[in-house]
Amino acid sequence: MSYRDILRKYKKDRTRLIDILKEIQRAEGFIPGKAVPAVVENLGLSTAEVEGVISFYHFLSDRPLGKYVVYLNNSITAEMFGREGVLRAFEQETGCLWGQTSPDGLVTLLDTSCIGMNDQEPAAIINGTVFTCLTPEKVNKIVGWMKEGRPVENMVEEYGDGANAHELIRAMVSNNIRRRGPVIFGDYAPGKGLTRALEMTPECLIDEVKKANLLGRGGAGFPTGLKWEFCRKEKGEEHFVVCNADEGEPGTFKDRVILTERPEMVFEGMAIAGYAVGARRGILYLRHEYTYLRRYLEYILEKMREQGWLGENIAGRSFSFDIEIKMGAGAYVCGEESALLESAEGKRGEPRDRPPFPVQKGYLNQPTTVNNVETLATATQIVVHGAGWFRSMGTPVSAGTKLLSVSGDCERPGVYEVEYGLTVKELLEMAGARDTLAVQVGGPSGNCISENGFGRKICFSDLPTGGSIIIFNRSRDLLSIVSNFLDFFIEESCGWCVPCRAGNVLLKKKFEKIASGRGTLQDLREIEAWGKIIKSTSRCGLGQTSPNPILTTLANFREIYEGLINKEADFIPDFELEKALAEACALTGRKYQEEHHHA
Amino acid sequence: MNKPVIATASLAGCFGCHMSFLDIDERILDLIELVEFDKSPIDDIKKFSRPVDIGLIEGGCCNSENVEVLRYFRKNCKILVSVGECAVMGGLPAMRNTIPLRECLEEAYLNSPTVAPEDRLIPADEDIPILLDRVYPCHEIVKIDYFLPGCPPSADLIWEALTALIQGKPLRLEYDLVKYD
Repeated sequence: MSYRDILRKYKKDRTRLIDILKEIQRAEGFIPGKAVPAVVENLGLSTAEVEGVISFYHFLSDRPLGKYVVYLNNSITAEMFGREGVLRAFEQETGCLWGQTSPDGLVTLLDTSCIGMNDQEPAAIINGTVFTCLTPEKVNKIVGWMKEGRPVENMVEEYGDGANAHELIRAMVSNNIRRRGPVIFGDYAPGKGLTRALEMTPECLIDEVKKANLLGRGGAGFPTGLKWEFCRKEKGEEHFVVCNADEGEPGTFKDRVILTERPEMVFEGMAIAGYAVGARRGILYLRHEYTYLRRYLEYILEKMREQGWLGENIAGRSFSFDIEIKMGAGAYVCGEESALLESAEGKRGEPRDRPPFPVQKGYLNQPTTVNNVETLATATQIVVHGAGWFRSMGTPVSAGTKLLSVSGDCERPGVYEVEYGLTVKELLEMAGARDTLAVQVGGPSGNCISENGFGRKICFSDLPTGGSIIIFNRSRDLLSIVSNFLDFFIEESCGWCVPCRAGNVLLKKKFEKIASGRGTLQDLREIEAWGKIIKSTSRCGLGQTSPNPILTTLANFREIYEGLINKEADFIPDFELEKALAEACALTGRKYQEEHHHA
Repeated sequence: MNKPVIATASLAGCFGCHMSFLDIDERILDLIELVEFDKSPIDDIKKFSRPVDIGLIEGGCCNSENVEVLRYFRKNCKILVSVGECAVMGGLPAMRNTIPLRECLEEAYLNSPTVAPEDRLIPADEDIPILLDRVYPCHEIVKIDYFLPGCPPSADLIWEALTALIQGKPLRLEYDLVKYD
């Protein structure tokens, strides 16, 4: 397809900029500079806006890429389970260095942040297809096929369980559902919730959700009923429901499993939310990494339209609602709701200032409720079974169940639907974890707890989590874990707030100084103080949590840091004069001799 | 009791912080009642003649001489203060930090359109200090006790900080003194 055809297809719709760029990339292999003026002219944007979007997203490229583009996950779990060997195998077999494209243009080898496969690492996305549990042997085979020119979809030899084997998915991904609870994995008949909801007034429906005390499952825990109420009361030309399927927190993958096995429950929840807030349109914002689910999800939407659960006059009533899928393009920060809205509008995913909140001015500046995948699916079940049923599970503050994505050092990594209030110790036993050193609750932005905290409960009032649980046993080096997490935030910062953009780099440098044994007590104090500054002066959740890997390990594993620092020294510089002068000496043929005329 | 002794230096800076210091205007008369100056461009004393109480450093370190002077100050001053953005963070000179040193020198001395063909030479005279690989803020090289932000810090800020230090009073900086937008 030529640029013109692609542009014609999207009818000057500015909100589709990311789709347009993706389609150009699909046709050309990358987004050539010469395509930019056509896009600029067609959408009436500036060159900077279009180039800004291209440079913002990880999966958009303005440089030519190879025929096969390998994005190898660099999350900590990938590192723990053999990423290094897989990386070397790719380099050796292709003769291409990491981060580059092979001279023959066959392959490009790149890193990417967590792709939602932490329970089956090391994993990579190659031309959109997910490869899990990679080993050097498998890499040899894959690269052999690349050299033969085999399409990636024909490289998948075995499909995963459940809908992963559906003809529209055909992925080697496994669901790894280890524990089925009564909400997400309970009995479910599509349409029942929506029918019941439509029998109520929107106000009564909101009331039911409020009574159930449903708190947002993405991590922040905002009361869903209240959010819907705020949104409903707000005046606007049109209201919107947005489902946040951009789970990017390293170690979380529960939305992947919900969208694979319970998509109707999610879409039904969106329609219920639509009825509650007075919306006719819903958007599923799906992270780029889950592109492999898109055709299947479109098929489910079509099926639901045919069955009358979406579209005009649902269940014979005057309520109409439909859902479109919008794709992300690779950016952790887009999981933050206001950044997500920017991205859904086809812009750089930079968080907005709040207020106004999305319920006031959200998608296209209209009142919008943004809810997590699990929250919406749960809402469907609440409407079916009632608030009382829901509150009979969990704790008084944290009602219901939670899906946990468990990965790391345990026998049974995967998804667990558990009631809130479960202790970390109970979860570790369930997952078959032994000799555990630390548990990362809530991903890098959450809390790294030590054995002392294993009696704590997973719930909003103690240990809240969006679902990510990563287990580390005593053979693991905590410092390399922290280092991996810090790199993640440096990579994913959108760059808007200086404390987050620059502060995280400084934090990492200071951390490396301490880790290399050149730190003092003062460095320890500074790293703590700087972390607090970054948290309090960044405007979105990314910056506000990015120092947590350091701050929570300092709190729970302080002895590790204290063992590293030099307690006698007042100050140790992170500087060697001879080294710093070496380059200039080499360039000018000079030798450094200390001058004494200052003395 | 002897008056506290002050020394100052400008490293990789523009002397703007020193100029700002002089902007204390007539308070300079109060200052000389309060302190004595040792090594400083203000009185042109080149070498330390006695132990110094407070050293004020303008500018970061971009070459060997900056590092030597800074270390020399640390050795001779009880309290060392980074004054201004360049000392605190590297400032404007640190803009070169994203460009490899070789490229900087080639651009300035070999490839620049204003360099005559016969003058294309990277300076290597023994009398000039050797450049560091990048520009460093002072606290990465020696221990710095206090930091005064600003480009430059205003005369009032310098005055308030200095007098508080001299008189051993807690430092109270009004918001306006540290607000730069």
